[in-house]
Amino acid sequence: MQRLVVKKDQYRDSVSLMQLSLELKEGAGLEEAFVAMGVPANREILAKMGISKDQLDGVGPNDLLIALLAEDDASIEKALLAIPALMEGTCAQPEGGEAYQPRTLEQALRQLPQANLVLISNPGPYASGEARRALEKGLHVMIFSDNVPLEEEIALKKLAQQRGLLLMGPDCGTALLNGKPLCFANVVPSGAIGIVGASGTGIQEVSCAIARLGEGVSQAIGTGGRDLSREVGGLMVAEGIKALAQDSQTQVIVVISKPPAPEVAKRVTDQLVSCGKPSVVCFIGEKQQSNEGTLWFAGSLAMAASSAVALRRGETPGPLIQDDNLLERIATEETSGMSEKQRFLRGLYTGGTLADEAICLLEQEVGPIYSNIHKEKEFQLTDPTRSRENTIIDLGDDYFTRGKPHPMIDPSGRATRMIEEAEDPEVAVLLLDLVLGYGSHPDPAGAIYSAVTGAKEAARARGGHLAVIASITGTAGDPQGLQRQRETLERAGCRVMASNWEAATLVERILQDRAVRS
Amino acid sequence: MSVVDLFGQSLQVINIGLESFAQNLRQERVPVVQMDWRPPAAGAEGVGETPLRIDRKQANREAVDRLLRGLPVLTGVSTAGAVIPGMRKDLFLHAGPPISWERMCGPMRGAVIGGILFEGLAASEEDAEQLAASGAIAFEPCHEHDAVGPMAGVTTWSMPVWVVENRTFGNRAYCTLNEGLGKVLRYGAYAPPVIEHLRWMAEELGPVLALTMERHGPLDLRALIAQALQMGDEGHNRSRAGTSLLIRELAPELVRLKVKRKKLSEVLRFLHSNDHTFLNLSMPSAKCMLDAANGVEGSSMLVTMTRNGTDFGIRLAGLPERWFTAPANLVRGLYFPGYSESDAALDIGDSAITETAGLGGFAMAAAPAIVQFVGGTPQDALRLTQEMYEITLAESQSWQIPNLGFRGTPSGIDLFRVLTSGILPSINTGIAHKDPGVGMIGAGLVQPPWNCFQSAYQAYVQQYAATLSGNGDNQRIKEEKQ
Repeated sequence: MQRLVVKKDQYRDSVSLMQLSLELKEGAGLEEAFVAMGVPANREILAKMGISKDQLDGVGPNDLLIALLAEDDASIEKALLAIPALMEGTCAQPEGGEAYQPRTLEQALRQLPQANLVLISNPGPYASGEARRALEKGLHVMIFSDNVPLEEEIALKKLAQQRGLLLMGPDCGTALLNGKPLCFANVVPSGAIGIVGASGTGIQEVSCAIARLGEGVSQAIGTGGRDLSREVGGLMVAEGIKALAQDSQTQVIVVISKPPAPEVAKRVTDQLVSCGKPSVVCFIGEKQQSNEGTLWFAGSLAMAASSAVALRRGETPGPLIQDDNLLERIATEETSGMSEKQRFLRGLYTGGTLADEAICLLEQEVGPIYSNIHKEKEFQLTDPTRSRENTIIDLGDDYFTRGKPHPMIDPSGRATRMIEEAEDPEVAVLLLDLVLGYGSHPDPAGAIYSAVTGAKEAARARGGHLAVIASITGTAGDPQGLQRQRETLERAGCRVMASNWEAATLVERILQDRAVRS
Repeated sequence: MSVVDLFGQSLQVINIGLESFAQNLRQERVPVVQMDWRPPAAGAEGVGETPLRIDRKQANREAVDRLLRGLPVLTGVSTAGAVIPGMRKDLFLHAGPPISWERMCGPMRGAVIGGILFEGLAASEEDAEQLAASGAIAFEPCHEHDAVGPMAGVTTWSMPVWVVENRTFGNRAYCTLNEGLGKVLRYGAYAPPVIEHLRWMAEELGPVLALTMERHGPLDLRALIAQALQMGDEGHNRSRAGTSLLIRELAPELVRLKVKRKKLSEVLRFLHSNDHTFLNLSMPSAKCMLDAANGVEGSSMLVTMTRNGTDFGIRLAGLPERWFTAPANLVRGLYFPGYSESDAALDIGDSAITETAGLGGFAMAAAPAIVQFVGGTPQDALRLTQEMYEITLAESQSWQIPNLGFRGTPSGIDLFRVLTSGILPSINTGIAHKDPGVGMIGAGLVQPPWNCFQSAYQAYVQQYAATLSGNGDNQRIKEEKQ
């Protein structure tokens, strides 16, 4: 059964609608629920759901569309009844707070005259207008929205620079300012290490590792993924480093990014070398571990965190220490039950930077890794829904998130994919990330629990054993609770490693073992 | 400023978009204001980007300052012919922007016929209609004669009027006396009892009130409205408190007049029986306050919003005497039993002058008794008023809303804020039957048509856009830069 309801002129924020779609689908037990504004892209998605073009006649971008697929009419009726309450929920008022939600920035400032940051997650085409207004009023800005044109990003960042303001983003998912987590961020103790990152999950992984090693973060400034491109030229990374260099609380500065354009990289490292504070830079995928004066290059996010912690304690950063005996023991345990055929890795990631890092760490040791995000065309999957040989998938990539929530918010897509991968008798290892913190699903481990047990059961039924290896990016202070998440995964039979690097190292051992046997 | 300054401050966030981000921050004890963001309205693109040859903000400061400093005082009761500037026996004033007999709606036509019969210019309905259509009678807006009138607003030579003076600036405004409820001229009724009642008002009520005011002396209406707001009025759809306060003021003097007690009793009984008595005083109060701001060079503040049942019209302080009109809307509201939207006339009356000055819908939060008209709950009323702060330039210093912590009412509508926010002024209003003479059939909420604001903006830009020096060419500097 399918049903389409059109509500004229009822604008809603698209991200809140995604959450609504998810709640609706889970709550009413539907096959599919899609609540969205009637923009052309969404109409195409509806067409794929089997909604005919005629039903969408006269639908405009300000009209709210509710499309439901279910086994029977009763479920659809039930879902339709639930919608008003769910919509109310998205407009919940703070307790004892100001009930009125202002429509204009002027009015918002009247209600919160001391406001110093504007957080923007409205649709990309409108985000830069709001950002400009905020900067002109002397407010720092974080843009979570993507789809902001590059030239607008450059103009906004130049304006911010002139005014001595932060312009984090666009497409900035993570920041920690004055100890407060913004958007997708973990609850990390306050400390002396300052971070500037062009990657959200990169900042999350490093800040959680710092917390695990007993230190804390002064500030983590997100810049958006394009900041270190040739066009933007690292405007905000430079501003971030400058501010952290001036900040009395910050003793060590960490910069995290995918490998930037060479001339931009040079500017960043020059600035770090001369900033007067010890620093660490991690250009994900560049494996060299070296130093240039007070600047240390880290080959992994885990290394970046451990180097920063060492510098903070006045020590010289050394290589990451791993318990070889323990790794060996785990690898032996995991491989002992495997069948002859089992030799490949399938990595299913929700964090793009973590996927990227895993690819870089593993491909030098175990040979080609196929991926939907591989830099080299040769190793790009033609169909991201079909893995081959050793594959690592970034499920947060546009291909999977068009019209759908990000897998950190809705892990159901990954659970499905895990079961699919387990059907392949050549698969030996599933490698997973689990990102906790604000913004993420309230129980990501619980959401894949039955997928882990199911996948393992499928391998066992064939007379083999499937290793499932995960790392958790999180802290004890996160709303989901690091310990609880770890226990859930371990109960399901997962090997839970402390970092993405450590998980990759374990995978490397297992794959090498399998290669020897085959 | 520099980024490092932020690090010492406590984080306070305005959140535009995904509400869960705000909830997360609140959980971390960060003060957050969640915005109710919506895409810009169609036709508002580029508003405010054209360079101007005047300082608009400064001009608006001056205009709204003149509005807020206004001190409306009731000085007496006279007749239209005696006091309204430019009044003639063959001139009928009406509500709303200019309109011809041919385009008038039912209630407006009925009121004109009634006015002709009342003035004795014709003896029958047919003759009256013929006279109205003949061109022998001129029709002009009340607004162009320092006057305002509720609903049809028809004002003729012999009608008694309240005289209200703005003590700060010396200008005056006039308004007829309210006729009460039921079948009345302002809703287009003209049957013999209606005309008889108008005669009683002209011959008994008007003179008694005129004498009473002579004994009483000037009455501060600004203070009286302030009181009424604290007593549950909003100055437009609810005038019960204002009416009561007025009677309290007048009664001690009224009873001392050398007029038969029976007549005095009739006057008091009439004032008491009609909750809308005070509407005809809050309207001219608003009118004379706004007129004082009219003509401030460069100001984009509205000095008029009004309707004639066919068109809605607005005027700007910085473009004096120019009307920007568009077809009037249907009122959304509650209907008396037996009536529905299909019976309703389109939006009509000068009473939206109260909203223009910061009363009525703008003060809705002060009037929980009538929230059914705007959605049903006191919360709806609060939200409505709070929304109006987004499109206004200032808050009243005299008129306060207890439910909002005695915040001043939102005052001085700015054309630019309306366009950029996409928020239209909310107007409380009565609903007239579309046929003459049936009367009021409900009350509710109405908004001006968006087009008025767009055409006003175009005219404003044409008038005030910066020009290239010397050659008189009106090309925009911005275009030249591109």
